[in-house]
Amino acid sequence: MRVFHMTEQSYPDAWDKHEGSLRVSLPNQLCDPKTAADLFHRYYDEWLLADELGLDIMINEHHATATCMCSTAAIPLAILARQTKRARLLVLGYPIANRPDPLRAAEELATIDVISRGRLEMGFVRGVPFEIPVANLNPVTLMNRFWEAHDFILKALTTHDAPFNWEGEFFHYRHVNVWPRPYQEPHPPVWITTSSRSNAREIARRGHSLATMGTGYAAKEVFETYREVTREMGRLEPDIGRFGYLGLLAVGSSEAEARRRGELVAGYVRTQNIVFPPYANPPGFVSVEDSARMMKLGGKRPPRTFTRDGRPISTITGSLQELIDAGIMFCGTPDQVHRQITDFSDAVGGFGNLFAMGQAAWLSHEDTVASMTLFAKEVLPRLQSYRVADSAAA
Amino acid sequence: MIPASSGTGLPVAVNGIEIEVIRRGAGRPLLFLHPGIGIAPEAPVLDYLAEGVEVIAPSHPGFGHSQLPATMTHIDDLAYFYLDFLETFDLREVIVVGVSFGAWIAAEVAVKSTERISRLVLADAVGVKIGDRTSRDIADIFAMTDTQFAEMAYHDPRVGQRDTTALSEAELLTMARNREATARFGWIPYMHDPKLKDRLHRVRVPTLVLWGESDRIVTPKYGRAFCDALPDARFELIELAGHFPHIEQPETFARRVLSFAGEAGVPVTAVKRASA
Repeated sequence: MRVFHMTEQSYPDAWDKHEGSLRVSLPNQLCDPKTAADLFHRYYDEWLLADELGLDIMINEHHATATCMCSTAAIPLAILARQTKRARLLVLGYPIANRPDPLRAAEELATIDVISRGRLEMGFVRGVPFEIPVANLNPVTLMNRFWEAHDFILKALTTHDAPFNWEGEFFHYRHVNVWPRPYQEPHPPVWITTSSRSNAREIARRGHSLATMGTGYAAKEVFETYREVTREMGRLEPDIGRFGYLGLLAVGSSEAEARRRGELVAGYVRTQNIVFPPYANPPGFVSVEDSARMMKLGGKRPPRTFTRDGRPISTITGSLQELIDAGIMFCGTPDQVHRQITDFSDAVGGFGNLFAMGQAAWLSHEDTVASMTLFAKEVLPRLQSYRVADSAAA
Repeated sequence: MIPASSGTGLPVAVNGIEIEVIRRGAGRPLLFLHPGIGIAPEAPVLDYLAEGVEVIAPSHPGFGHSQLPATMTHIDDLAYFYLDFLETFDLREVIVVGVSFGAWIAAEVAVKSTERISRLVLADAVGVKIGDRTSRDIADIFAMTDTQFAEMAYHDPRVGQRDTTALSEAELLTMARNREATARFGWIPYMHDPKLKDRLHRVRVPTLVLWGESDRIVTPKYGRAFCDALPDARFELIELAGHFPHIEQPETFARRVLSFAGEAGVPVTAVKRASA
C-alpha cells in the first residue's frame, strides 16, 4: 500500500468567525495574508517531510473557503515538483468541469510532470456542490462538461505529431499543441473520484484508477462495481493499486496522545457542512429523483456513513470513536492504526492507496510532524507489504 | 389541431418532442408561458382567462412532464420550439402571455417573429441586462432558502410557503425537475440573454408590461426599464402582488390581460432602436 500525506491547507483562525457559512460567502477580510503565508510555508514543509519519510503527496483545491486556502492546486504542485526528490505528486483533484479552459489545465499538468521528472498523478474531480456558485459554470451540464474536458486533456497530452483541432459541445480550440509534452508515457496516471456506483462504472470502462473520499464502508460497493465492470469487459482483474481511499489519520505513541490529535483532525469533518444550505445542492448536481428525496427530508441528505455493522453515524456530531468505527478516521498507536487500516481495507475489498489526511484544522505543526514521523517509521513499512501479491508495481 | 382536453395537461408533439398542454375556454388563442415554478392545471388564473379566450398553457420542454431533448440548452431553443408550436397547430393572431421565465421566452419568441402574434404581455419578466456589470438585476434564486424566496417573490410570503416534507413524490419530482430546467436555461448568463435588449426593437406588436408592485426578484424599476426598451409598450403595476401576480391576484391579472387583448389594434410602424 502507498500512503499519501494530505492536508487541505486550511485557515483555521477564521473558522469560529463564520455566520453560518464557511464557504462561498465568508469574506476574505477574515484572511490575514501574513498568517496565510506562514501557513503555506508550514504546509509545504510538512510535504517536504513526507518526501523524506517515504510518503507520497496529495494536493487538492477548493474555492472561497477558510477550510482550504489552496485555490490553485497547480501552484503547490509546481513548488513541490521542484523541491521534493521522490514522492509521487497526486492532485486530487483538478476540478476540470469547473474550469473554463482545459487547455490551460493540460499545459499546467504537463509542465508539472516534466519538472518533477514524471512523478505526477492526475486526479480529475467533479468537485463538491459548494464549488458551483463560485465557478459559475452550469451545474446541470456539469458531467457532460467533465467528460469532454477529460477527453480533451488526455488527447492534448498524447497528441505529438501535429496540432489538432477541437470543436466540441463545450470547448473550442484551433491549434492544440502542448509544450512541453508530459514526461510519463503515454500520460501521467489518471484518478477519478466517486462515491456512486454509476460513476464507478464510467471510471472502470475507461480503465482509470478510482478514488473514494471518506466514504466509509460504502466504499465496498464502489470498488465492487469497478471490479464487476472490468470483468464484464473481459479485462484482467484490477489489482488493488487501482483503488484509493481517503481517511483521516492521527497517530500517537500512546492512545491518549493519538486521540488528542484525532479530535483536532476531526475538526475537518465536523465543519465540512457549515455552509449556507442553498449552496449545498445546486440544481442538477444530483438527479431529479435524489433532489426530490432531499426535499422530502426537508433539505437533508439521507445518511451515507455507516459503521461496519450498519449503524448510521453523523460525521458532524459523531464521536471520535464513531468516526473510527465508520472507517472515516484511523487513530491510535501505530499498532492500532495498522490494524484499523488493514481491517478496513480488507472489509471493503482491498485498496492499494491510502490518502491520509494527516493534518487538518487546528492540528499544530509539531503534532503533525510527530504523527507523520511515527506513522512513517512504524506503520508505513508494514503497509508497504500489505497484499503485495494483489498489487502490481505502481 | 391541439387535441381537446378537459383542462388537465395532455401530451402533444411538436417536432417529435412531447409536451403536456392545458387547454381551456374558447375564442382567440392565448398562449400562456409559465414561470420557472411551472403551472398547475387548477391555477385559478387559467379559469379567469378562459372567460374571454382559449387558453393554451403548455409545460415548457424539461418542465412538468414535458420531454427535454438533450440538445436543448439555450433560451433560443425554447423560443424556436414555441415558433414551431404556433406553426404546428396553425395558431394565428395569438395573444402571448408570459410570467417571469415565461416572459423571457415570450420576448425571445417575439424578437424572432411576430407573424402569428397579435399582442404580447410580459409579466415580471426576466431576460434583459439593465444595470452595470456589478449590479445584479435579478435576485439570485439559487442562493436563497425557500423561506427567503417566498419573502422576495410574494407580496404575502405565506402564499409561497410550502412544507416540502408534506408534498407527494409526484409533486416533489415536478418541483425538482422545474428547478433543474430553470437552471439549465438560466444559470449563466444568469436569467438573461445579453443580446436580447438590443433586439427588442423587433417586437412589432403592442405589448403590456405587467408588474407585481411588491416584486423583489425583479423590481418594478427593472420592469420600467424593460418596458422602455420595447417599441410599443405600456407599464402597469398590480397591487398586492409580487413576482407571480397571476398567482396572488389571478382575477386582476386576467382582467388586465383580457382588457389589453380587447383594445383596438394599432399596427406598430415606428421601429425604435434600443439606445446604444
